[in-house]
Amino acid sequence: MTAGITNGGSVRRAMPQAESYLDWNATAPLRPEAAGAMSDALGRWGNPSSVHRRGRAARQIIERAREAVAGLLGDVDPSGVVFVSGGTEANHLALLGAGRERVLVSAVEHDSVRSAVSGAEIIPVDTDGIVALDALDRLLGADVRPVLVSVMYANNETGVIQPIAEIAAIARRHGAIFHCDAVQAAGKVALEAGTIGADLVTLSAHKIGGPPGVGALVVTRRVDLAPLLRGGGQEHRLRAGTENLPGIAGFAAAATAAATELAVYDRVAALRNGLETEIATVAPSAVVLGAASPRLPNTSAIAMPGVAAETQVVALDLDGVMVSAGAACSSGKVGPSHVLAAMRVDPQIAASTIRVSLGWSSSEAEIDHFLQAWTAIYRRCRGLAEGARAA
Amino acid sequence: MTEMLADLRPRLSSEPVVNTPPIYLDNQSTTPIDPRVLEAMLPYFSEHFGNPHSSSHAYGRVAADAIERARGEIAALIHADPREIVFTSGATEANNLAIKGAAHFARAHSQNGRERDHIVALQTEHKCVLESCAELEREGFAVTYLPVEPDGLVSFAALERALSERTLLVSVMAAHNEIGVIQPLAEIGALSRSKGVLFHTDAAQAFGKIPLDVEAMKIDLLSISGHKIYGPKGIGALYIRRRPRVRLLPLIDGGGQERGLRSGTLPTPLCVGLGRAAVIAGAEMTEEAERLRRLREGLLRNLARRVPGLRVNGDLEQRLPGSLNLSFPEIPALTLIEAVPSIAISTGSACTSASVEPSYVLRALGLPDPLANASIRIGLGRFTTAAEADFAADALAAAASRLTQQGGIPT
Repeated sequence: MTAGITNGGSVRRAMPQAESYLDWNATAPLRPEAAGAMSDALGRWGNPSSVHRRGRAARQIIERAREAVAGLLGDVDPSGVVFVSGGTEANHLALLGAGRERVLVSAVEHDSVRSAVSGAEIIPVDTDGIVALDALDRLLGADVRPVLVSVMYANNETGVIQPIAEIAAIARRHGAIFHCDAVQAAGKVALEAGTIGADLVTLSAHKIGGPPGVGALVVTRRVDLAPLLRGGGQEHRLRAGTENLPGIAGFAAAATAAATELAVYDRVAALRNGLETEIATVAPSAVVLGAASPRLPNTSAIAMPGVAAETQVVALDLDGVMVSAGAACSSGKVGPSHVLAAMRVDPQIAASTIRVSLGWSSSEAEIDHFLQAWTAIYRRCRGLAEGARAA
Repeated sequence: MTEMLADLRPRLSSEPVVNTPPIYLDNQSTTPIDPRVLEAMLPYFSEHFGNPHSSSHAYGRVAADAIERARGEIAALIHADPREIVFTSGATEANNLAIKGAAHFARAHSQNGRERDHIVALQTEHKCVLESCAELEREGFAVTYLPVEPDGLVSFAALERALSERTLLVSVMAAHNEIGVIQPLAEIGALSRSKGVLFHTDAAQAFGKIPLDVEAMKIDLLSISGHKIYGPKGIGALYIRRRPRVRLLPLIDGGGQERGLRSGTLPTPLCVGLGRAAVIAGAEMTEEAERLRRLREGLLRNLARRVPGLRVNGDLEQRLPGSLNLSFPEIPALTLIEAVPSIAISTGSACTSASVEPSYVLRALGLPDPLANASIRIGLGRFTTAAEADFAADALAAAASRLTQQGGIPT
């Protein structure tokens, strides 16, 4: 194990009470490699567009970073990496920039994809959260206007992994541009641009141990994109604005570390699977959503029927266990998850579902901590329910 | 990982990296981060790394609190309400959001068929303002690109003529990135308000360097950048007036952050850095401006004495304290810059400084191409020392005289 993996201890050190951070799909702690690269870049500050020495040094950092980030997708041309402010902006650049008359997005996409284009058509998913390939084929065949298809590699709430290569093949057959939001998958499973077959891929730094405020849209094939932000001609004229140099350097270092340390997710998967087995033993009525599908090794969407997700999250937080009731951006909002609704999960089950997401430094102790706290809530609420029935 | 970032602390605070060669006089392009700003940011990279939108647990709440504090700090510097500040990825995004957002809202909500579909901007605005306007033109909006006076200042007569009942927005840069000229914001604000036109100002260069008051100046939209004021790159903000309310359509939609005006996970450390940079800039503004003005005047005197025909572009009085744009007659700027490798300066805007076209800004001032091509931009900053300014003047004067004597300068 490298320093990066053992270093997660500082997450627990930060606050007095024993704390277990299990909300990695919301954001991950900064990797030490990223911190180091950012320190270095801060020392070599300069505007990458300036012609003088400082500007040229900054430019060099960015061009190297493109190679490191491209490395997350296997064999892609680094010149296709366009740095942006994050996953949300990258998704917008893809969907709006491609300028296709018709846009198809899966029913389980992140809000940043669902909201990017008004009038986007929805590709349904089955009860396991998998895109209905025949429906996609039909939708594409029903109209001859130029079209873009956007399907995420893996879902942020359930971890369900889509049959991306097949989706890409169908899209290609119909002459569609294919965009894949790989924000949650990157760094957790091996990605090969060739296998994904997407023309455009979205990546985010802070989900893989890089800093927040930076992401990338990777253009793997020739797609004519119009910029979202106009101004100076940065990023091959696709994204104006002075580059976030330390952020980009941190992203690159995190990408390299993530690609190198992918094997750690075997251990994470074992932890996650152990957690789910234990839950099933303790609470036979508990449900793991999307469990029948291929999933990310770190994510578990667990329903404790009869107990509101918000109640669970607050109670877990009091015990020092941090999880979420869904996507972070909307976790302040009330309302059912569109992801679970699309999977036709019973609304009562959906309302009692929390997301547990692990990361490279998650430990057995943290999983035990979670299980203890979760079981206590479960027993308390079941006791209450039985008491009510008895009375 | 806290320790790794902290390694940077001694390096930055005890030995300012700025004062190593080449001498950095390109502070309009970008500035080094102030060690105090970095210090404030560090904990939010490491122990407080939570997603500020994860309201269900402590990590998220600590980050969210820090962001709200920063929002207040930024608002205070321009006499705004914290709720009027929307974080963006930088001034480019803020300018795009202000101009396209206002135009798209106006189009979507035209009242009884009378649409405001006209925008006025100076010819000398930053590329990102001009390009946003050009995009709107392609969408059917009308844009008037106003000429400026030879000193770079707005022409009120022209502005007044340009405004009509169809005009929805006027965009004028507060302080200019290439020539340093400060526009009469209060007058432009008063005129715009009297015509019911929104006033947007790109204050990327002005915020934190000169006093700005959105109330007194009647500013409706104001763009802010982090890395121009010794804060981090990758962060900026847009001030959006609440009373009377200015409505925009977002450019980036999704999770609904920033009250629906700008979705995406907020980068907590960068927001904190921008807040801290604003606090420092506010506290030290008067003193720093005075010091930089003296340095600038000394440098200019030094050069003017030794370079015959030296010309200052842009009004000399209404000017950012640390900013100079100079024409060295007969000496192409790139030749001059190459002749003084010990100084980092530029010909103008960094975004376009690699291009060989003469600056459109200097052309708008009426400079003939040979003079425009002979112009350099000098930007003194917080970490520039008197010795560095003297050295720069000597080096530039010596190079100019050498190049003039050589004659036969390639053009």
